[in-house]
Amino acid sequence: MSIEHGFLVGLSKSFGLFYLIALSAGVLAYTFWPSNKKQFDQAAESILRQEDRPWT
Amino acid sequence: MFWTRLNFGKLQVGEHVALPLEDSVIRQLTKKERRLALLMLIFLGFIGAAMGILGRDDPLGIHGVLVFVAAILMVFFLGSEYYAPEPSNDRLARYYDDPSKVGIVMSMIWVVFGLAVGDWVAWLLVDPDLTFDAAWSSFGRIRPVHTTSVIFGFGGNALIATSFYVLQRTSRARLADQLSPWFVLVGYNLFCLIAVTGYLMGVTQSKEYAEPEWHADALLVVVWVTYFLIYLRTLARRKEPHIYVSNWYYMAFILVVAILHIVNNLAVPVSIGHAKSYSLFSGVQDAMTQWWYGHNAVAFFLTSGFLGMMYYYLPVRAGRPIFSYRLSIISFWGITFFYMWAGSHHLHYTALPQWVQTLGMTFSLMLLVPSWASASNALLTLNGAWHKVRDDATLRFMMVAAVFYGLSTFEGTFMAIRPVNSLSHYTDWTIGHVHAGALGWVAMITFGSIYASVPWLWKRERMYSAKLVEAHFWLALSGTAVYVFAMWNSGIIQGLMWRTYTESGTLAYSFIDSLIAMHPYYIARAIGGLLFLVGACIGAYNVWMTVKVPAAAMEKAEDTPLPMFPTGINVQPAE
Repeated sequence: MSIEHGFLVGLSKSFGLFYLIALSAGVLAYTFWPSNKKQFDQAAESILRQEDRPWT
Repeated sequence: MFWTRLNFGKLQVGEHVALPLEDSVIRQLTKKERRLALLMLIFLGFIGAAMGILGRDDPLGIHGVLVFVAAILMVFFLGSEYYAPEPSNDRLARYYDDPSKVGIVMSMIWVVFGLAVGDWVAWLLVDPDLTFDAAWSSFGRIRPVHTTSVIFGFGGNALIATSFYVLQRTSRARLADQLSPWFVLVGYNLFCLIAVTGYLMGVTQSKEYAEPEWHADALLVVVWVTYFLIYLRTLARRKEPHIYVSNWYYMAFILVVAILHIVNNLAVPVSIGHAKSYSLFSGVQDAMTQWWYGHNAVAFFLTSGFLGMMYYYLPVRAGRPIFSYRLSIISFWGITFFYMWAGSHHLHYTALPQWVQTLGMTFSLMLLVPSWASASNALLTLNGAWHKVRDDATLRFMMVAAVFYGLSTFEGTFMAIRPVNSLSHYTDWTIGHVHAGALGWVAMITFGSIYASVPWLWKRERMYSAKLVEAHFWLALSGTAVYVFAMWNSGIIQGLMWRTYTESGTLAYSFIDSLIAMHPYYIARAIGGLLFLVGACIGAYNVWMTVKVPAAAMEKAEDTPLPMFPTGINVQPAE
């Protein structure tokens, strides 16, 4: 199997043009989704708890 | 290697002097784990023997002997307590921190060694006679010894040690098993040792930051995949539903370094008995693959993993949650998306197609956004805790690291712009930029994290001496400043001299003219490096003394919940 130069250029000019933008939009939606806020606040606080043993 | 020797020391005197771990490493392994360890060591011994025999006419044979001897020593070490009773299940109610402890000690050993060699290289540029007329000590050989020791030896061990620490705390789960972390640590340090000894014998692929030859590379692949599996398996056992952002950074570091390492090192050895190999790529493809690797090594080895460190240790030490968790997520994905495309800025004005250069330049410019998002997120976290920054040198290390992270990412973006690069490329400006990042950002955040972790790990109230932490901080900061300013001056003068033309259109200065102009800056640089080295030696001494302090503090910590967080007891006032 050989991958032609033209095929790669076509792929990067079509799919390649949009997938990073799509991923970025996805990340922004996830980050700013209102219902996720609580989970993020909890995560930020979670490392400050005074405990040093695994939960069982 | 050092690990075995440290513990042999302990056995000879029959007490916990060398490296006080909770219990001997072997006693904590289950019978099954010990058996598996023995099998792996025997296998390693066979590989070493095979390398020694097949490569007897080549430096590969010397590495074979080294691997064989390491395997034998570890077999003896394992054998010394192979039949000791199995550990009780109490251990499962604690985090498994011994690998982190050993990783930190290794890291401090490598940093002293690596900085010492680095300073030697710096003096070598001041006075070329400092090779002492030997092949092994020539610039081309000891310079990669320096870079590998500090980046992979110091940085890598610190990343492994802190990642295990952070992974367990943020997941509220113990590491998935006890043997694979040791496999990673021992294997990784063996890789570093093979790499460094190889350079001295002239074994190198001549690819910057990917110098080790195929036999060392193969070892690292196995080690690295195991490291990633530890991460996944422990995360699968996590009790905390959300995966804290530090783990994302650490995982990106592990995963991407695996990809980079495998692709850039695709090569065919001359024969199974030779260290020399030829890359799968050639010409400009080879250059592009190398700098795709090289720049992402900066991105994912020297940035992503250390951001993981920063997002955990800085908030914990400051006693405040990160300023914006959302911003940390955006920075994370920004860095992972953008960095991948930035490598071609290392090849401006080369045979690389113009559009690929422009692509790299554009992505480098965009990278400023997630980089500054992280740097400002860290600094804004400190709002309301600046009095702690003033009093606590450990937190100050982390704060300065964030400042240097912001500075050097700005500088890097700037230098990636093609016309700027025409001035900066091939000059000492690049060296200055790298060290602003490596000393100011990477080493500072690492020292901060190590000073925070050591008392927590060894259950001490604080570091042995707060004054020594303070001394280390000022030596590190002044050393970095001297170094970076010297290289800025030197680099820009160099760049300007190389592009100054006479009226008749010929070059105004010869190369030797520029070299003479560099001399005072090279002296300044070597002094800056020396200051940084002295600081690291003080740090190593301080860590060692903290570890060696008898267990009075230990008893206290044993029956009380660990005084881990900086509401008071751990913060070291500057006196």
